[in-house]
Amino acid sequence: MSSFECTDMTRYSAWSVFKNGLTGQRNWGRAWRDPEPKPQYDIVIVGGGLHGLATAYYLAKNHGQKRIAVLEKGWLGGGNAGRNTTIVRSNYFMPGNRAFYEHSLTLWEELSHELNYNVMFSQRAHISLLHSPAARDAAARRYNTMRLSGSDGELWDLPTLKAAVPHLNYAEDARFPIIGAAVQRRAGTARHDAVAWGYARAADQLGVDIIQNCEVTGVQRDGDNVSRLQTSRGDIAAGKVGFAVAGHTSRLWQMAGLGNLPIESHKLQAFVSEPLKPLLDQVVVFGVGGAHFYISQSDKGGMVFGGDLDWYKSYAQRGNLPIVQDVAEAATSILPCLGRVRLLRHWSGVMDMSMDGSAFICKTPLSNLYLNAGWNYGGFKASPASGWYFADLIANDRPDPVIAHFDLKRFERGVVIDERGAGPDPKLHG
Amino acid sequence: MSATRLSQGGRIDRSCELAFQWDGKGLSGYDGDTLASALLANNEWVVARSFKYHRPRGVMSAGVEEGGALVTLGSGAHRDANVRATTQPLFSGLEAFGQNAWPNVRTDLGEVNSLFGRFFAAGFYYKTFMGVPPLEWGRGTWLWMQYEKVIRRAAGMGRASREPDPDHYEHANAFCDVLVVGGGPAGLAAAQVAAEAGLDVMLVEQDSKLGGDTLNHPAAADADRLAAISALETLGCRVLTHTTAFGLYDGGVAGLLERVTDHQSIPSVHQPRQRFWTVRAKHTVLASGALERGMAFGNNDRPGVMTVNAARAYMQRYGVRVGDKLVLSTNNDSVYAAASEFAKSGAEVCVLDARARVEPAVTEFAEASGVRVEFNTAPYTAHGRSPVSGLTTARADRDGWALGDRMECDALLVSGGWSPVVNLLSHRQVKSVWDASLACFLPADTDEPLSLAGSAAGVWNTEDCVRSGEAAGARAAQALGRSAPTVSAPAPGGWATPIKAVYEVRVPGKSEKCFVDPQHDVSTEDVRLAHREGYVSVEHMKRYTTLGMATDQGKVGNIIGLALMAEALGREIPEVGTTTFRPPYTPVALGALRGRHVGAHFRPLRVTPLHQWNLDHGATMTMAGLWHRPWYFARAGEGISEAYVREATTVRESVGLVDVTSLGKIAIQGPDATELLNRVYTNPFAKLAIGKARYGIMLRDDGLVMDDGTTWRLGEHDYFMTTTTAHAAKVMVFLEELLQTRWTDLKVHLTSVSEQWAGVAVAGPCSREVLEEALADPSVVSNEALPFMGVVETRFKGDIPVRIARISFSGERAFEAYVPSDYAPSMMDLLWPAAEARGGCLYGLEALGALRIEKGHVTGAELDGRVTIDDAGLGKMASKNKHFIGSALAKRPELEREGRAQLVGIFPVDKSKRFNAGSLLTDGTVGDGHGEGWITGVTHSPALGHWIGLGFIKGGASAWHGKRAVATDPVRAEDVDVEIVSPHMYDPNGERMHG
Amino acid sequence: MIRIHCPFCGERDHSEFAYGGDGSVVYPALDASAEAWHDAVFLRENIRGLQVETWQHVNGCRQWLRVERSTVTHEITSVQACHPGVATVLESEQ
Repeated sequence: MSSFECTDMTRYSAWSVFKNGLTGQRNWGRAWRDPEPKPQYDIVIVGGGLHGLATAYYLAKNHGQKRIAVLEKGWLGGGNAGRNTTIVRSNYFMPGNRAFYEHSLTLWEELSHELNYNVMFSQRAHISLLHSPAARDAAARRYNTMRLSGSDGELWDLPTLKAAVPHLNYAEDARFPIIGAAVQRRAGTARHDAVAWGYARAADQLGVDIIQNCEVTGVQRDGDNVSRLQTSRGDIAAGKVGFAVAGHTSRLWQMAGLGNLPIESHKLQAFVSEPLKPLLDQVVVFGVGGAHFYISQSDKGGMVFGGDLDWYKSYAQRGNLPIVQDVAEAATSILPCLGRVRLLRHWSGVMDMSMDGSAFICKTPLSNLYLNAGWNYGGFKASPASGWYFADLIANDRPDPVIAHFDLKRFERGVVIDERGAGPDPKLHG
Repeated sequence: MSATRLSQGGRIDRSCELAFQWDGKGLSGYDGDTLASALLANNEWVVARSFKYHRPRGVMSAGVEEGGALVTLGSGAHRDANVRATTQPLFSGLEAFGQNAWPNVRTDLGEVNSLFGRFFAAGFYYKTFMGVPPLEWGRGTWLWMQYEKVIRRAAGMGRASREPDPDHYEHANAFCDVLVVGGGPAGLAAAQVAAEAGLDVMLVEQDSKLGGDTLNHPAAADADRLAAISALETLGCRVLTHTTAFGLYDGGVAGLLERVTDHQSIPSVHQPRQRFWTVRAKHTVLASGALERGMAFGNNDRPGVMTVNAARAYMQRYGVRVGDKLVLSTNNDSVYAAASEFAKSGAEVCVLDARARVEPAVTEFAEASGVRVEFNTAPYTAHGRSPVSGLTTARADRDGWALGDRMECDALLVSGGWSPVVNLLSHRQVKSVWDASLACFLPADTDEPLSLAGSAAGVWNTEDCVRSGEAAGARAAQALGRSAPTVSAPAPGGWATPIKAVYEVRVPGKSEKCFVDPQHDVSTEDVRLAHREGYVSVEHMKRYTTLGMATDQGKVGNIIGLALMAEALGREIPEVGTTTFRPPYTPVALGALRGRHVGAHFRPLRVTPLHQWNLDHGATMTMAGLWHRPWYFARAGEGISEAYVREATTVRESVGLVDVTSLGKIAIQGPDATELLNRVYTNPFAKLAIGKARYGIMLRDDGLVMDDGTTWRLGEHDYFMTTTTAHAAKVMVFLEELLQTRWTDLKVHLTSVSEQWAGVAVAGPCSREVLEEALADPSVVSNEALPFMGVVETRFKGDIPVRIARISFSGERAFEAYVPSDYAPSMMDLLWPAAEARGGCLYGLEALGALRIEKGHVTGAELDGRVTIDDAGLGKMASKNKHFIGSALAKRPELEREGRAQLVGIFPVDKSKRFNAGSLLTDGTVGDGHGEGWITGVTHSPALGHWIGLGFIKGGASAWHGKRAVATDPVRAEDVDVEIVSPHMYDPNGERMHG
Repeated sequence: MIRIHCPFCGERDHSEFAYGGDGSVVYPALDASAEAWHDAVFLRENIRGLQVETWQHVNGCRQWLRVERSTVTHEITSVQACHPGVATVLESEQ
């Protein structure tokens, strides 16, 4: 093994940081190896984003699988992990989603310790503003469901909200005066890159080969079986294959000769301001009058925010001005002190938007191919549970009851997991 | 150490002295200064602190690339953090403050951080702060969140105002043939050629003046600049200064930010602070210039270290020479003119040229002015604190560097090469190509209607830039079908001696803090650490080290980081790649992006033609989507509860009037109108008689309920459809889609007439009498003439046309009357006295809700996009004898499964208790956590005398007969035992409305 | 901003329009099977490249348009009225 191949088996801790500080930071090894792809693996996960890396980690950790590879066409976390407003929450209420996202949140709570990598999950509370009695009642149904199923959730009246989040627009002549909020305290934000790197490092330490700059260019089938993957770094044979390439799922699906999916690729922009001293402690969500806006402040001080899709199908990682304006309108309407705050950067990612706004973790028409897709806006918070259940599915070849309805046939059966009630139009499931 | 305001030269107006405040200290500058030039003239060297180590920061550039001199401007509501002093024009009374420091930027206790710098390497925070040190014991997130509080307080740069921004902003739109970005020599030339070809040209320049880098040349050489400007004026070119093209988007669209009053002492009240332009250009010329970058050497972040061209700008443009004893370090030809100018102005100047030799023509001129030139030399480390007092040099030694001599200086000026500003091209996702001979990225060819000109295309000399601009202007003209003289574009480059790529000056066996990103304190060692740890992709390096993520977005630092990573990997720069620059080019205030759409104007407000009438009659309004609708009409002493109970009672006992104008209204006309309705409604419409209305349900394609409403047949081919307020637009769009894309053979015309008709519901036992009193011919509404679901078109007194249907949402005898919108108040003035005389009332949404809940009529609270027609208790309305939109997919097994949640009524067991909408219905156990059902609406029923609710529960009322259910609402209230009943809680057989 | 050349109104910002969806989807007859409806309503080819799609000029003439557009570059290569009769009339007028 060359020194280049040597991963850093040091446990990260204040002690190791101190020790390396004294020795000029020269003794840190690689966070994960950079292996050449082997000709064959037991399990190949296509997609080195958060879901793919988490899957590989739990396959090795929970299921004792060996000989696993993760193939990433670019750099780890370069897809939707990068277009991310880093919000972690579990305020889903539909059967089929509720237990899944709750499990994800509990995994988040221990993730830094689990991975020995500080993913900076900060449970700073997620606050959905309410503007009408009807909205409050709809939120009550959602948060009551959370409470009844063992999660946390509460409704705040105006004085409580004002005390906690002092700089919102509480003016009575606001276009949509605030009357209160629905709050999940255990929700918050995490450092998205750290999640990708943390899973990569932990998976690598369990023997997973993480192969970057390796694009799958073809899927070779042997009847109803995937026999090998053609990649930009040579052919790779695989016992089982998992796709976790949100944004580009349809392309791989079609490479495997599997036709159409209930998914469209849309782009979603993200925004960050110049860094500021602390201004906003929580995640605040503002959705009324057709607006959809969410904002938090990063540890570095930038206001991180986002809004709706650009409304038209796109594979381009760049956005257009109408949504930039929309988002700025919402930002300054709800936080009037942001008027002079400057936008530093806006960019966009390609989302798998599904027909009901919910995801897929399921078996496929091919016996050894498994699908993880359709995360809409919600992929970041889902990633630990997504990896957990996808690994379980791949290892045991059957879905856990928690993901029983995350299959492609649910539309044929008529199962509705539509948190927004928006109907079968991918662009409406923000 | 001292900067000197020269007695002459520059483009400042020495007759116009401007007083300003710096950290509470009164200073002065001149009109034409930037804040940076004025601070330098006052020898204020330390003006900021860096992000992590709080190292002192001075002015490092003279432009938008500034990563050091960030200050806070103004106070109170006008406080503006993170302002680049280098681009902020000075004005009288300007107030600026240091930021990210305590007690101030000159003496900052935060600098203690730099003592621990050896531990604070790139990404150290990913490795600790998880649990109890030293081994990170513990679980959960609590400890991290304690650390995080401290980290957050230390992070951030400036402090934003907490008060609402008092300024206003404007949006503007423009079209042009050619948009020229950049008003330097290339941009001016391009604009002129394009305009001479007869094109409509717009030129934007971020600076206050046109001329680009020629503004930094001696003012004596100004004739060309002035001639070019006046030519544009003559040609009618639109020129915007103080305006940045911050982003390029699809379709030739550019976003511009015009700073209208940011440079004014007392802005005119009628002007916006800034204006955000959306410009649609057929062709865009990017003459966006190039930025001079530094090199990485020890303490290269010290105040007094700046780029050569910045120092030249301070002298030639602002009349401030930054030192008396100047050392210029370069690896290219671009510094010699400046060196000679410094020398001529009386400074002692030494040029350290990293190259072994230089074409004599380049240096002769400077040397003749007294400039000393040393070859094979570069700075190893700077000495002194603020500002620098000297340096130790490094001498070229075979492939690397060896320690040289110590020299004194009072400013250290650096040129590590030039980077063309290709950022806007990057916004279009056009990759740049590395040019090793020029040591910079050059724009790649693109199919987009874009040209590059001047130093943005890597053309270094002013004369060549002009020619490059002319060529770009001509290309634009030709591309747009105009004739223009073909000009051959000069090749990139233009230096007599090739540049020597020097990114870092490192002496084997020695180590100094060398910064790549001065704002974020990213050092060369951080980049190498990222490499050692495997964060080698440029994007990983950026994210791990935070290089290029500061407010300057790595405009100059990125390339040095890239070069260091390439070196560490043993690869060439192009193999390592580059990060994508994203908009905006320079940060843009959110206020400008939102324009006037803020506060009360965030979204349009929809009001009915009766809005004022309702207000005049005591309405309290509530929101319904974008609408304001009457909520209740309180009388003296009443709150909402008393008011709506009284209103609902009045409707049941005598009569009430409610504004229903916000319902969607669609005129459906044409020979196939009947066929269309029969296809989109679940219930039969083929045989609806003229003069009759029918309640109808529409499904989505997927078989779930979309909307409900009534449709009135006015004639053989003429229908009037009403939709819910919430879905008015959606239904219209869906019907249009069906007719234009799916059923193109149907001859139907749709017109949205929501705005044309104002509506009122007249409900209650006395409703007919009220109408009779208002109508010209009262007989048309008799029970015989207008039975239940009958429609009549007639006139109110005063010749007001009206269409009336006898339909009921309240369950009482009721009518809906629609008049052309202009007549709405007149109609009410007829109806209201008649109602009032019968003890009637005006009622609002709350009473409307109470009445419909009593009757079990559904609204959007029930039809939430997830229910089937059967769930809503309306299964009888789904025809078995025809196919309609949604009929195929409504038959999917889960949607037809037994035991689905069905619409029910809910009574409290103890009739004195109330419960809330949004409660879950359970069997008293937690079960799977989802409950057995949920409550959608509640009201205190005046008719029944207790609280009632509507909701859904598995199996419906029949399954719950005799069983206990609990309304549970843990987020708000105690559990309440409830009884599940039929949703038709009042007058179940509808006797009242038929009478 | 995508610029869409509406055959009725001329070239306008895409913000005047509402994106419909995949224009290649053929909706089955109302009496077709649930399977046929399932495929039309729920399954998408999700083309990466040039696709035919529908837009409605919702803040203009309200016509539904059939637009050929690249989902990668957003470049539009053709726009016509969805309604064949209307499209024919427009063509004959040109």
